[in-house]
Amino acid sequence: MAKISIQNLRHSYLPSPDPARSEDYVLKKLSIDWRDGGAYALLGPSGCGKTTLLNLISGLLVPTEGKILFDARDVSRATPEERNIAQVFQFPVIYDTMTVYDNLAFPLRNRGVAEVEVDSRVKEIAAMLDLSSTLGNRASGLTADGKQKISLGRGLVRSDVNVIMFDEPLTVIDPHLKWQLRSKLKELHQRTKRTMIYVTHDQTEALTFADEVVVMNNGEVVQSGTPIELFEKPKHTFVGHFIGSPGMNVLPCEVKNGRVAFAGQTIQAQNAKSVKPSQNRLEIGVRPEFVTISKTGIAAEVVKVADAGRFRIVETMAAGSSVKLLLHEDATVPTGQIKLTFDPDHTQVYENGWIAGGTA
Amino acid sequence: MQMQKFTRFAPLFYVTFLMVPIYWLLNMSFKTTNEILGGFTLYPHHFTLDNYATILTDSSWYSGYINSIEYVVINTIISVSLALPAAYAFSRYRFLGDKHLFFWLLSNRMAPPAVFALPVFQLYSEVGLFDTPWAVALSHTLFNIPLAVWILEGFMSGVPKALDETAFVDGYSFPRFFFRIFIPTIAAGIGVACFFCFMFSWVELLLAKTLTSVAAKPIAAIMTKTASASGYQLGLLAAAGSLTLIPGAVVVYFVRNYIAKGFALGRV
Amino acid sequence: MSSKTVNQKAWFLVAPVFIVVAFNALVPLMTVVNFSVQETFGDNVFTWAGIHWYQDVLHSERFHSALLRQLVFSALVLAIEIPLGLAVALTMPRKGIWVSVCLILMALPLLIPWNVVGSMWNIMALPDIGLLAKIINGLGIDYNYTRQPMAAWFTIVLMDVWHWTSLVVLLSYAGLVSIPDAYYQAAKVDGAKPWAVFRYIQLPKLKHVLTIAVLLRFMDSFMIYTEVSVLTGGGPGNSTTFLSIDLVKIALGQFDLGPAAAMSMIYFLIILSLSWLFYTLMMKNEEA
Repeated sequence: MAKISIQNLRHSYLPSPDPARSEDYVLKKLSIDWRDGGAYALLGPSGCGKTTLLNLISGLLVPTEGKILFDARDVSRATPEERNIAQVFQFPVIYDTMTVYDNLAFPLRNRGVAEVEVDSRVKEIAAMLDLSSTLGNRASGLTADGKQKISLGRGLVRSDVNVIMFDEPLTVIDPHLKWQLRSKLKELHQRTKRTMIYVTHDQTEALTFADEVVVMNNGEVVQSGTPIELFEKPKHTFVGHFIGSPGMNVLPCEVKNGRVAFAGQTIQAQNAKSVKPSQNRLEIGVRPEFVTISKTGIAAEVVKVADAGRFRIVETMAAGSSVKLLLHEDATVPTGQIKLTFDPDHTQVYENGWIAGGTA
Repeated sequence: MQMQKFTRFAPLFYVTFLMVPIYWLLNMSFKTTNEILGGFTLYPHHFTLDNYATILTDSSWYSGYINSIEYVVINTIISVSLALPAAYAFSRYRFLGDKHLFFWLLSNRMAPPAVFALPVFQLYSEVGLFDTPWAVALSHTLFNIPLAVWILEGFMSGVPKALDETAFVDGYSFPRFFFRIFIPTIAAGIGVACFFCFMFSWVELLLAKTLTSVAAKPIAAIMTKTASASGYQLGLLAAAGSLTLIPGAVVVYFVRNYIAKGFALGRV
Repeated sequence: MSSKTVNQKAWFLVAPVFIVVAFNALVPLMTVVNFSVQETFGDNVFTWAGIHWYQDVLHSERFHSALLRQLVFSALVLAIEIPLGLAVALTMPRKGIWVSVCLILMALPLLIPWNVVGSMWNIMALPDIGLLAKIINGLGIDYNYTRQPMAAWFTIVLMDVWHWTSLVVLLSYAGLVSIPDAYYQAAKVDGAKPWAVFRYIQLPKLKHVLTIAVLLRFMDSFMIYTEVSVLTGGGPGNSTTFLSIDLVKIALGQFDLGPAAAMSMIYFLIILSLSWLFYTLMMKNEEA
């Protein structure tokens, strides 16, 4: 187990990138600290650099610039073997010709561990993963989720593993088995207390698994925090969009005389005082959960009502912008012209995408 | 460390091994008969183009090349064209006897030409095609059509049926769909099939010799006749042989991008 | 694959292929069967001979020797070409400019007309003139392939290895590059040594491709004719007379229709059965 630090990491796939051109780089100046034993998620859309970051941490790639430290030890150029990491890939990687038992035993045997200990470790991990009954079977005969468990098992079976990394591991799993495996992963984390880093583009997976989520976009960290923090106080409109279903409403606004205005109405926002007039693009962000229908407020017209099970998503147009709000399934469905109120405690002003007055 | 060095150079050793006899052939082709029989030299001391000149100016020689190319091209066109619809049928449909038909086709790839030499000779004489490029081209379809069908079927199976269905829903007639949409999709497969048909027809000698005598004589037959008849004109033989390397090299160059990819995508 | 519809009209698509191949395969084959059960004394007069020719061939010393030589040759050639081809493919680079160059050069021997292959090695092995002869004699070994059966065998096997190993290389290489990187990465993470990577990842994934290579090489080596005919003509004596060479001698040389036809049928059947055997054996593990 180890504390992992990324310091000023930059990475490019080009053989000789130009340091001045940020487009050459897939990862642009990252610094993150992960404490020992935590469950982390790297969340972001495809192409944001999360798999690259994962491969840099595991040692499958060597960083162009910057350092990676495991417990203050510089491992930037160490091989995966030297770093003592484990990685679970998008599709199950197993040794087809071996039994489940031999698959799990493989990493230990390669390191010369005594057979007696190998046996006890394998049986222990198999029990944790509910694979005990299949130990004697050929690995190639298992279902996809069984195979992913084997992949995971090979990571858990070694006691000296610093961190286990997951690269979108549920991609090939059937939907009804996904949540089962997800819960199992969470359970395993709590039992083994290993540092786990989980890369995904699916917010549900990230938010349910991790204690702390790092949201990435375009090779940069946009925000890092607990799922609640990300939900309630997104530091960037991107985070607001990306997290939550439906995502945050982002509406253009103006600031005049210290007041934030949208659609001709003054909006109370949390950080309204931090906003100074400037040339920057100004927007307010408010989640549909915190928009309510009221007697007075912003004028809007109902465009569409969608049924989402327990609640309804009401889409409206206000001053040329789309505003969504959520209604409980028992509430009356509005039509035509209505008035909306934004909850001041959950409305923020954003400058060029970043939260105004906050740390960029 | 030793192991690593060796493994890095192994392909180099292997390629060198392959090039040596080719070099030797070229070497011979540029020597005079005197030099060849006179002593052993690693490279031509008296470089001469006489051998090539003879071949390129004597019609009894260069006609051989033309004849060979003729039947190879005819065969490739026939084999691949006929194989396309058949492969499509195997790939998309189940019909009475389909599995048996497929295996029977493949079994012809295992047929020794030696077994067919005599009966095929009689057959083509009877239909009056003896000593024409058509005879050789058609007889080569024995093993080339099954090969082409096998390769193309592999590629076609990689194309989802949804493509066909969408086209039909969109109103395409079958021929239009086949030529406008399907064939471009499997272009790589057609390339691989053409390559192998060319290869196996170009290199085959027994049937080609058996089915021709004068008019359609392939270069291979002319070479073997020369070797035995007029004693040892090694230089001439070497030059003739060297020239036969050219079509092969050209074809390989054109499909170089597909060689590794095509082998993997389809199933040779 | 699973979404094939039943449609008997597909026969129209298959008909051209069926007709052409049947013409070139079934018709001659029927001729062969015909000849194999008949006896002729010339002037196109044929009498029924039943299985007489088959018995003749199956009991003949000549056939046994040719079959034995053929089996030894095919076995030798397979034993060398498959491991060698695989080994070369394993050492080839996966990316970079050298890949294309290597592949093109390696493919060249495959595209040379078979008689030219024979001629090339003829020129290489001729005493006093050939490079190969010079090298071997220079090593102190007395080498003359036109007189010594061992030398002839050596030269033929070397020629075949030179000629066909590249096919195995190309097939194996294609199989290797289709293995996803993740497997190699997982092996690295698991601490596997290069031999383990070969045994547990590469070899299993190459099974399909190697089966094709073995089948193709077995069949083609069993049918070999031209290269050997040009190089040794079956000699010295009949030490390198393999099945095809013997058959052609009997059929086109002596025009012994009956025995040639019977031998042809037996020959074809042997190939079919052995191929089927190989195929089943190699595919057996895939089901398990």
